[in-house]
Amino acid sequence: MDAPPKIAISGLRKAFGPKKVLDGVELSVAKGDSLVVIGGSGTGKSVLLKTILGLIRPDAGSIRIDGEETIGMDASARECANARFGMLFQGAALFDSLSVWENVAFGLVQGRGMARDEARRRAIENLAAVGLRPEVGDLSPAELSGGMKKRVGLARAIATRPEIIFFDEPTTGLDPIMSDVINDLIVACTRDLGATTVSITHDMQSARKIATHVAMLHGGRIIWTGPISEIDRSGSAHVEQFIHGRAEGPIQMQVRA
Amino acid sequence: MNPLAAIGRIFLGFLSGAGRIALFAATAVSHCVRPPFYPSLVMRQMMDIGYFSLPVVGLTALFTGMVLALQSYTGFARFQAEGAVATVVVLSMTRELGPVIAGLMVAGRIGASMAAEIGTMRVTEQIDALVTLSTNPFKYLVVPRIVAAVAMLPLLVLVADIIGVLGGYLVAVYKLNFNMSAYLKQTVDYLQVMDVVSGLVKASVFGFLIAMLGCFHGYNSGGGAQGVGRATTNSVVSSSIMILVLDYMLTELFFSTR
Repeated sequence: MDAPPKIAISGLRKAFGPKKVLDGVELSVAKGDSLVVIGGSGTGKSVLLKTILGLIRPDAGSIRIDGEETIGMDASARECANARFGMLFQGAALFDSLSVWENVAFGLVQGRGMARDEARRRAIENLAAVGLRPEVGDLSPAELSGGMKKRVGLARAIATRPEIIFFDEPTTGLDPIMSDVINDLIVACTRDLGATTVSITHDMQSARKIATHVAMLHGGRIIWTGPISEIDRSGSAHVEQFIHGRAEGPIQMQVRA
Repeated sequence: MNPLAAIGRIFLGFLSGAGRIALFAATAVSHCVRPPFYPSLVMRQMMDIGYFSLPVVGLTALFTGMVLALQSYTGFARFQAEGAVATVVVLSMTRELGPVIAGLMVAGRIGASMAAEIGTMRVTEQIDALVTLSTNPFKYLVVPRIVAAVAMLPLLVLVADIIGVLGGYLVAVYKLNFNMSAYLKQTVDYLQVMDVVSGLVKASVFGFLIAMLGCFHGYNSGGGAQGVGRATTNSVVSSSIMILVLDYMLTELFFSTR
């Protein structure tokens, strides 16, 4: 009997008013895998991630983490479940009232009640892991460039040594070189932790670099899923169109809303 | 378009808005009494709300007290009742104008900044980030602000009362040539404990309203700079209106039997 998958999603539905964003998503991620969810803008990738995190309540469906149902959990159980997650937000979402090291140590100090000295030491270690010098720790987030913010966001996401890490468009808005640096860091950090990761992106170069598996979200459903090595032989016209970035094909971009 | 349907929609919108605010307030209060607590955040908010509002509240209270003395003098002089000026100034300040003026000033200064700060945190996903770092945003953001506002507003109003009475005294003594000691005696003689206490209770209620509405509008802020701007406006407008409405209701509650 195999262990249950790290994350198992079935029949997940969410509508905002008349707009069905998720319409029966089926997805499972095995322990240690790195799943990249691809899909066009506005297809509900972020909603999917936020639903797994419990930030958005779905209309129907089930999300199991290690076989344990998280939908309908009470608030304190939810907080325990969230302690196993880490997340890198698209805009890094650093707290601008705190210094960089306080940001990185936030989960340790507030979430785990660690003493500030110890937390500061750990924060500096985590900054080093993403290639930032200790002096950066005393800056405020407003003083950082976009690439540095992403690195600090990554350091914050890994500081609590989570079992599952989510990446929301980790390379959007970065130059190609910095994108590659971030991709390398994501691969290295998650491998060191042995974490399971779910990323969403529409940057295929990034997806090829960090993914072990790929799932394509379209029309509120997962229309294709498989190992990254098979993405060029997917046999799905939608996937073909997406990975080659063609305007012509089965996916019709809505130019007018 | 059916006009009845439009009226119905507006009415339903109003009811659902009121319900959401009530739920938000209930959630916030329930988190006030459950750990973890963040005393250092409460202290920081107390500094911001209490100490840094002193100049604004002090200045407005001073001029309010001064104009009150001037206006009531011109009115009472027509009935040869100038002696009542001191009593009118102190009663108006403690029961009415101290809490209302301090409340409106703090609504503009603090309510707006709460809505803008929390709204920006919402828009830039910092509130979502709090949740992923095992920190409840209600406990971390909303509770410290509400606790600090409820605690600090009465102190601010007490200061406003004193400065307002001082303003009235200055005008009466140095401009209207009242006798110093007679004016002070008049001020104290007819003042009852209830006059001051009712003002301080009002202040606490206003403090709760300002912080709760500021946090509510920020927390539910829409997207982008425009959403945050609207949240800020809504928080100031709604708390200012609610301050004046509740001021009447509380006055009715305290003094209707007399």
